[in-house]
Amino acid sequence: MSAAETPPARGKGEPIIEITGLNKWFGSFHVLRDINLSVGRQERIVICGPSGSGKSTLIRCINRLEEHQEGTIIVDGVELTHDLKNIDAVRREVGIVFQQFNLFPHLTALENCMIGPTWVRKMPKKDAEQLAMEYLERVKIPEQAHKYPGQLSGGQQQRVAIARALCMRPNIMLFDEPTSALDPEMIKEVLDVMVDLAETGMTMLVVSHEMAFAAQVADQMIFMDAGQIIEQNTPDEFFNNPQSDRTKLFLSQILEH
Amino acid sequence: MTAQPFHRAQADMLGERPPPPRTVGTIGWMRANLFSNWFNTGLTLVSLYLLWLIVPGVLDWAFFTADFAGEDRFACTSSGACWAWVDQRIKLFLYGFYPIDQIWRVNLALILLAPALAPLLFDKMPGARYLRWFSLAYPIIATFLLIGGLGLEKVPTSKFGGFMLNITIGLAGIVLSLPFGIMLALGRRSKLPIMRIFSVAFIEILRGVPLITLLFVAAILLPIFLPEGFSLDLVVRVIVVVTAFSSAYMAEVIRGGLQGIPQGQYEAAQAMGLKYWQMMGLIILPQALKISIPGIVNTFIGLFKDTTLVIVIGLFDILNIGNSMVSNPKWLGLSTEAYVFISLFFFLVCFSMSRYSALLEKRLDTTNG
Ligand SMILES: Nc1ncnc2c1ncn2[C@@H]1O[C@H](COP(=O)(O)OP(=O)(O)OP(=O)(O)O)[C@@H](O)[C@H]1O
Ligand SMILES: [Mg+2]
Repeated sequence: MSAAETPPARGKGEPIIEITGLNKWFGSFHVLRDINLSVGRQERIVICGPSGSGKSTLIRCINRLEEHQEGTIIVDGVELTHDLKNIDAVRREVGIVFQQFNLFPHLTALENCMIGPTWVRKMPKKDAEQLAMEYLERVKIPEQAHKYPGQLSGGQQQRVAIARALCMRPNIMLFDEPTSALDPEMIKEVLDVMVDLAETGMTMLVVSHEMAFAAQVADQMIFMDAGQIIEQNTPDEFFNNPQSDRTKLFLSQILEH
Repeated sequence: MTAQPFHRAQADMLGERPPPPRTVGTIGWMRANLFSNWFNTGLTLVSLYLLWLIVPGVLDWAFFTADFAGEDRFACTSSGACWAWVDQRIKLFLYGFYPIDQIWRVNLALILLAPALAPLLFDKMPGARYLRWFSLAYPIIATFLLIGGLGLEKVPTSKFGGFMLNITIGLAGIVLSLPFGIMLALGRRSKLPIMRIFSVAFIEILRGVPLITLLFVAAILLPIFLPEGFSLDLVVRVIVVVTAFSSAYMAEVIRGGLQGIPQGQYEAAQAMGLKYWQMMGLIILPQALKISIPGIVNTFIGLFKDTTLVIVIGLFDILNIGNSMVSNPKWLGLSTEAYVFISLFFFLVCFSMSRYSALLEKRLDTTNG
C-alpha cells in the first residue's frame, strides 16, 4: 500500500462517540460482542471485515436504527437509551448513507434534500431549497436537482443521498458500504465526494472495502470478524503490518483483485 | 459483399439528433397492433365478426326501431325499445322525491363537485393551492345544499332518492372510507397491541359479514342501541355502515401497498429524524397509496355499485325507482329498458373513476419522463 503521509492527529482527548461494552443479540444470535470504541471529533474511521461480521449492525446502533441490549453508546454527550428525546437528538446530529441509497422515489433529488431541513429543522421552504441546492452543488449534481431518483444513475443517486444527509448539517456521518452497489465506473465519483467531505473535517465512520480510499482518508482502520473488533490501527500499520492472522487472511483476499 | 473493418476509430463524436417520430400512421398502427402475427390476426377477425353480430342489433333495438314518445307502454308499437317513459320519469330516476322547486340545489351541488375535484385531478393547475381549500369545504357545502337550513328550505333525507341518493351515499362513503381505511391499515401494523387488536377485529368482523346484513343493522338495530332521545337519520346510518364496510376492504388494500415499501425507506426517514406521523405522511403513505391505486379504485367502484343494496331497507335509490316503475301497469314489462338505462348511469360514473385512476397512475409515475 502507498504510505500516505500520516494525517495530523485529530480529536485527541475529545471523543464525540463513545461505545463501551456494547453487546447485541438478534434473537439468540450474538451479533456484537463486547465492542469498545471511541471516536474523536473530526476523526475518520474505516471499518472492514467479512460479510456477516456485524459492521452494518455496529454503525446502525450509533443512530439507533438497531437497538442494543448491553453497554453504553454516547454520541456527542447524549446517551442512547429508550428515551425518544435522546434518540431524536442523536439522529439530528448523525447522518447516514446506505448501500442501497434509500432515496425517496416519489420526490425529486431537490425535494429529497429539502425534507429533513423543512420538517425536522423547521426551516422556511426558501432557505431549505437554497441549502439543498448548495449541497447538491457540493456533490456536483446541481443540474439533476429536478429529476426523480429513478431517472438518475447509481452514482448520482448515491451522491444525492450524501447531499440529503449533509443537509441536516450533521456532526457525524455514517457510511454503510456506500459504493458496493455501484458499477465500477461510478465508484470513483462517489469516493471523490467522500474525500472532499473528509477534507472539510467531518467525523466519519465508513464501512467499506475500498482499500485505496481507506488508505487515503482513514485515521484508523478497524477490522471486524464474528461481531468483534479484531484489530484497530493506523492505516499504515494496518496494511503493512497486520497483527492478527484473520486480518492477514482477509487483507490477502481483498487485495488480490 | 464488402468486408467489414474489424477495427475502427471514429474521429468525431456524433451530434445529438431528435428521436424518430413515433406514430407511423393508421396502417402502421393496425399492422403493429391488430395483425402482428397469425394469432393476433385471428383474434382481430373473430372480434370483428362478433361486433358485426351484436352491434347492429343493439343499435336497432335502442334507436332505429325504438319509440320515444307516448303516454304509456301501449303507445310503443314498433319492435324496438320503448323509451316513452323517460320523459315522464327522468326526474324521479335522478332526484327521487326531492321537491321539484328545490332541484337546483342538487344540481348546484353536482356542479360544484367539478371545481372541488379539479385540484385533486390536476395538481399543476393554476390556483390549485386555493381551490384545495374549496375541496376541503365541499362536503360541508354539499351537505348544506342538500338538507338546507340557515334560510334554505329544509329537505328531510327521506325525500332523497334516485341516482342522487346513490351518489350521496357513494360519495360520502368514498370520501370517508379512504382516511378510515388508512387508519385501520396503520393500526393493523402498529407496535401497540391495543391498536393492532382493535384494527384486526374491526377489519375481520366487517369483512366477514354481508353488506346487506349491515344495512339491516343500520335500519333496525342501530336505533335500538342508540341512547334514549338520540336519533340518527337513516341515510346517515346507511352512510356509516357503508363507510365502515368499505374501510375494512380499503385497509387491506392499503396494507398491501404498505408491504410493498422497502424497509430502507423507513430507515432513511427515521435516520433523518422524522417523527412517526411525518414519516408516514411524507414518505411512506404517498408511496403506498400510489401502489394501491388500482385496489383503492376497485373498492370505490364496488362501494358505489353496492349503494343499490339500500333497496332492501326500503330506500328509493335509482334501482328501486326503476323496479317500481316496471311494476306499474302503465309501464309493465319494460324492465330491459329500465335496467339498461340505470346501468348506463353506473357505467358512466364507474368508468370515469377507472379512467381517472389510470391518469393518476401515469402522472405519479416518476421512473421516466
Ligand atoms: N434484523 C436481523 N435479524 C436477525 N439477524 C440479523 C438481522 N440483521 C442482521 N442479522 C445478522 O447479523 C449478522 C451481522 O449482520 P450485518 O449486516 O451487521 O453484517 P455486515 O458485517 O454488515 O455484513 P455485510 O458485509 O454482508 O453487509 C449477520 O449474520 C446477519 O445475518
Ligand atoms: Mg452490511
